[in-house]
Amino acid sequence: MTGPLLSLSGLTVDFSVGDGVVHAVRGVDLDVNHGEVVGLVGESGSGKSVTMLGLLGLLAPNARVGGSALFDGTEILGLTGKPLRALRGGRIGMIFQDPMTSLNPVLTIGRQLAEAIEAHQPTLTGKRVRARVQELLEMVSIPNAAERIAAYPHELSGGMRQRVVIAMALANEPELLIADEPTTALDVTIQAQILDVLADLRQRTNTAMVIITHDLGLVAGVADRVNVMYAGRVVERAEVDEIFHKHQHPYTAGLLRCLPRLDRRGIDLDPIGGAPPRLDRLPEGCAFAPRCRAAIDECLVRDPMLRMVGASVVACHRAPDAVASLTGAGA
Amino acid sequence: MKRYILARLAIVPFLLFGIVTVAFIISRLIPADPLTSIVGERAMGNPEVIAAAKSKWGLDKSVPEQYWAYLSNLVRGDLGTSFRTKNSVVSDLAERIPATLELAVTAMIIGGVGGVLLGKFSARRKDRPADHAARVFALVGSSLPVFWTGLAALFLLYARLGVFPGPGRLPSRVDPPPQVTGFYTIDALLDGDVSLFWQCLARLILPAAVLGWAIMGSISRLVRASMLDEMHSDYVRTARAKGLRERAVMRGHVLRNALLPVLTIVGFSFATLLTGAVLTETIFEWNGVGSYAVAATRNLDYPAINAVCLFGGVVFLLSNLATDLLYALADPKVRLT
Repeated sequence: MTGPLLSLSGLTVDFSVGDGVVHAVRGVDLDVNHGEVVGLVGESGSGKSVTMLGLLGLLAPNARVGGSALFDGTEILGLTGKPLRALRGGRIGMIFQDPMTSLNPVLTIGRQLAEAIEAHQPTLTGKRVRARVQELLEMVSIPNAAERIAAYPHELSGGMRQRVVIAMALANEPELLIADEPTTALDVTIQAQILDVLADLRQRTNTAMVIITHDLGLVAGVADRVNVMYAGRVVERAEVDEIFHKHQHPYTAGLLRCLPRLDRRGIDLDPIGGAPPRLDRLPEGCAFAPRCRAAIDECLVRDPMLRMVGASVVACHRAPDAVASLTGAGA
Repeated sequence: MKRYILARLAIVPFLLFGIVTVAFIISRLIPADPLTSIVGERAMGNPEVIAAAKSKWGLDKSVPEQYWAYLSNLVRGDLGTSFRTKNSVVSDLAERIPATLELAVTAMIIGGVGGVLLGKFSARRKDRPADHAARVFALVGSSLPVFWTGLAALFLLYARLGVFPGPGRLPSRVDPPPQVTGFYTIDALLDGDVSLFWQCLARLILPAAVLGWAIMGSISRLVRASMLDEMHSDYVRTARAKGLRERAVMRGHVLRNALLPVLTIVGFSFATLLTGAVLTETIFEWNGVGSYAVAATRNLDYPAINAVCLFGGVVFLLSNLATDLLYALADPKVRLT
């Protein structure tokens, strides 16, 4: 029981579309330990959501998931039927991005929560289910939980709905919670509340979490470790402090430069030029090289592997000098 | 909700008044003389007979006077006496409405259930040969006119293959079951006459299937399209992520939500069924409102024509009201106030 709770190795996800294949995830290695909060950060289309959805077979039918994913020591890729359903919503809970659309508009939230409980604890009586539903709603701090059970999603605000979605993910006390952009669709003030809910849950239940986000600022507050993804790969992995202060990958550096900071008033934000590569037509060499200011000839021909540099694991030929050279070039 | 129903019901009389008035005007505008059918061709030369008939049926009065008399009778529930059958129109209709309803309801069940199943079947096999076949089947049904499919069905299944009995609600020389609901199939069962039930059902199935096929197309197309929409919706993914069985996801989330827009079209389909019934009843010698309407029009039977229009209007208004109410029940976002 000392091994990681979730261990991905060489995970790939390919989508066959029309005439070609899109390699959305290209060999991701990732560990999540018991009780740990792991951030998965990257731009849209970097493969972070697809990685996690692929684990549970929640992708469209044209997706093919390869590699290996051990959950508590057991391979879970390729599971179907009952064993897969036992994971979904049972041992692994999921929170989705947009609470406006992730709840069924014609069923009461009580019904939708009850469904999650009944799917995994079919012997529970109606009364016990109802009590549990209320308990869950109280756990995510929904006021007047007893009355809200009969409410429909459209009668709740976005923040309240996201709490319902979180409650739903927690219904069967999962060992792992996957939160896919849990705050992206919400107002800033509500974002903070939802993060509080998650942090509070973490303290009380010791559930391991994977938080998928494009927002490094969010990760800073909640995660223990951060994986930065680019074009379907993890390009840097480190403790959260290292990521902010001693990051090694030029892409991580680029993401951080995009964060507005109060201590750098008056200095323009510095976005990463260009756009992520098309995943059906990846360049030879490092996928980030065409946008990288630190790129050298080698970057364009040879794809870098992940390796330890200082306290980080990074996939960059120029580490540990890459980031330093950026500052030089930028000045 | 209550207020909404009351408001809806309150405008019904006005709408009916409009329907009656339009029907009255149209029937009087037809450049033909109903007296021919009242007194017969031969007596048309006899001015005394004509005058007597005119005053008996109120045709000697001016059109506004006739209209006023018609309205004041209508308010008292008297729809007049049919020129043709010489019976009160109310009793004529009372006899025929159950026949039409039996046909329309059965057609609705065949078309509705068939349409939903066909749409679901297609959606789950999107763009595969089975999907195309199902869509062509539905399209053919809604494109062909019912008088053609009716005749073709009779020709093939009755005249050629003999798998279905011929037209008519009952076999010849068989008495209808004692009237309770007016639906022969149900009344036969209530009477305990199982063999008569099967006979009536066999005669009901073919016209109902012809009529049901006509509405199946629009229903199945809508079910298919909205199921495909729902299947990719976020909350269906949420339902899967909860660990629900695929069957529960399909029934509880996909189909349930996909059926909402279908409610609307079912309401409209009922009106299609009634107009379709005019043709179907004529071809299948079904003694319903449809064939009554045809006979009334042919004889310029003013009271009967007006009554049939009124019946159509009432059915249309009621089915629309029912649709709205069902919608409000099914979709919590529609709060009727």
